[in-house]
Amino acid sequence: MKGKTHAEEAAAFIKDDARTHWHDETLWHVRSNRDRSAQGIPEWETLRDTASATKDYVLSHLGELLEQFESNAKANGVEVLWAKDAVEHNQHVYRILQENKVSNIVKSKSILTEECGLNHYLEKKGYDVVDTDLGERIIQFAKQTPSHIVLPAIHLKKQDIGEIFHNHIGTKEGASDPNYLTEAARQHLRKKFVEANAAITGVNFGIAETGGFVVCTNEGNADMGTHLADVHIACMGIEKLIPRAADLGVFLRLLARSATGQSITNYSSHFHRPAEGKKMYIILVDNGRTDQLGREDFKNSLKCIRCGACMNTCPIYRRSGGHSYNYTVPGPIGSILSPGRDLKKYSTLPFASTLCGSCSDVCPVKINIHEQLYKWRQVIAEHTNMDRSKQLSMKVAGMTFGKPVLYDLAGKVARTALKYTPHSLVYSSINVWGKHRDLPEVPEESFKEWYKKNRKQ
Amino acid sequence: MRVGLFIPCYVDQFYPGAAQATLELLEKYGVEVVYPLSQTCCGQPMANSGYGKYGKDSADLFMKNFGEFEYIVAPSGSCTLHVKDHVLPKTEGAPKIYELCEFLTDILKVDHVNASFPHKVGFHSSCHGLRGLRLAKCSERMDPEFNKPLSLLNMVNNIQMVELDRKDECCGFGGTFAIAEEAISVTMGKDRIADHQRNGVEVLTGADMSCLMHMEGLLKRQKSPIKVMHIAEILNGNEVVESSET
Ligand code: SF4
Repeated sequence: MKGKTHAEEAAAFIKDDARTHWHDETLWHVRSNRDRSAQGIPEWETLRDTASATKDYVLSHLGELLEQFESNAKANGVEVLWAKDAVEHNQHVYRILQENKVSNIVKSKSILTEECGLNHYLEKKGYDVVDTDLGERIIQFAKQTPSHIVLPAIHLKKQDIGEIFHNHIGTKEGASDPNYLTEAARQHLRKKFVEANAAITGVNFGIAETGGFVVCTNEGNADMGTHLADVHIACMGIEKLIPRAADLGVFLRLLARSATGQSITNYSSHFHRPAEGKKMYIILVDNGRTDQLGREDFKNSLKCIRCGACMNTCPIYRRSGGHSYNYTVPGPIGSILSPGRDLKKYSTLPFASTLCGSCSDVCPVKINIHEQLYKWRQVIAEHTNMDRSKQLSMKVAGMTFGKPVLYDLAGKVARTALKYTPHSLVYSSINVWGKHRDLPEVPEESFKEWYKKNRKQ
Repeated sequence: MRVGLFIPCYVDQFYPGAAQATLELLEKYGVEVVYPLSQTCCGQPMANSGYGKYGKDSADLFMKNFGEFEYIVAPSGSCTLHVKDHVLPKTEGAPKIYELCEFLTDILKVDHVNASFPHKVGFHSSCHGLRGLRLAKCSERMDPEFNKPLSLLNMVNNIQMVELDRKDECCGFGGTFAIAEEAISVTMGKDRIADHQRNGVEVLTGADMSCLMHMEGLLKRQKSPIKVMHIAEILNGNEVVESSET
């Protein structure tokens, strides 16, 4: 990050008014689909309670569940590796590729590998990593990062995509018909699938009881990749566990509905063991997760199943775009995950919210996102010297509000000043409120003054 | 019944009309309203900016003013929520604070409103009241439908409530957010008032004067004929005034 605040990034995005409204409408449409779909489930709130309680259990028994998962997976013939951070994770992947003499890699969408910067790392080692999720491939061509965890290219219009495809896979110039573009991408990716010797996937759910794991995609690209290649590397954050296979139904029902409004993702693929003559690896990645688990106020954020619903519902995300957050996971959940990674760098994200609470109510695992945003604000104000002038004004406000006489006086002074200050000065550039909004009209007297005159016996 | 009336600082200074209407309305329902004169602010602005620690003095002062009451009533969802979550002790016998509408529906169990308001009215559902105090079912949750402020407005004679396209989206005020994230705040507010404008609203109302202040600021800048009134003013039978200074 170049040290830009969320507000600056957001203001830049918003300059293109038409695009902002298009972005907002598109995501609102997804949120509306989600609402309609959830309305069809009478036990929706019970499902959320159940999912939340299950994840609570996972977080309080993480150590033993991980061990259970590891031993079951090993018994199934899967090689299990542990990575304490992104570097270790990437090194594991590299070593596996070397050992298996892999030359061509296909990858299905994984936010974890994005978090670890895997593509970049492998490219430097000379590998061409092909993302096979359509949205992911688009932004890979455009040399961008995903702006959304479920809809990585949601910030791009079909015209943008037409141009990107024209430049990279030779579609007709100016073509923007989604059918045509999708077909072209399909042909392009088919070749990559056939050539691949290793497939990298993320993991949506790891099941401690069986050692198996589930990968959800809408395009079937994870299945295509893993079926064709001889090596499957699954990268999994340690919080992705669920205790039993029987818990899966709750999460699969919630995940797709919360994400897009579908009843279930098109492909929910279960992996247990490598096929004859093939190899399967699972890398269990910490990368800051146990630190977050140790933060009592914030550990709940690890329940996240990455459905993206909090982004779709967030009125700020919808209007500022995912890139304004400058973090792998943007939006409300990203704003409570990122300060744990780097308090200074992400110090403006917990403030990129009106604390409207929509994220918490939409979240299928009931993460108290907006309360955590509030709590991060207190931590940030305490531990970073973010904004001296803000700190001072808050200190003065605190003092004034502590003393009724001072408060009454300050109120009167402010009202009088507003009344008699020339318009041009009130609406000068230092008055941020007044750039696009009028100030309230100044009343003759405050309520307190009126009350003293009219009511006090 | 005796209640302590808490009038948030900015309502006191800039919207005394909303405060008067609150007082008169409560009195109409036979409540003995006490307004402690040394009250100031609940401390929310500091706390939401991360400086909860600077809100200690105002919290202490709040308790000095209101500690003896069983019920405290305030015409503002967000201040009520802040007091509830961060100021009042969570002990047995501590005072209970209510936002005006929920006090009317839940404690007074109001079943009639003696007012007429022959206008097309758009209701702004403020987030802290909606999702913090649960004044209504929000669109994200799949619970049975209810809406406390709307149920009151629907008791007003001749009122025409307007349905909005997005019934409970945030207006973008958010306290210091309105300044710190000015660009987004203004865009959100404009989108919010556009919903009211599209649907033919004449008077925009709500239970939180702060959100209303933000939207009123935008409406006035656009020279829009839409008037903004606090819900207490409508329930109290006030008329639409030409100047928005109510
Ligand atoms: S925080 Fe909740 S709503 Fe947001 S992505 Fe995670 S699970 Fe989905």
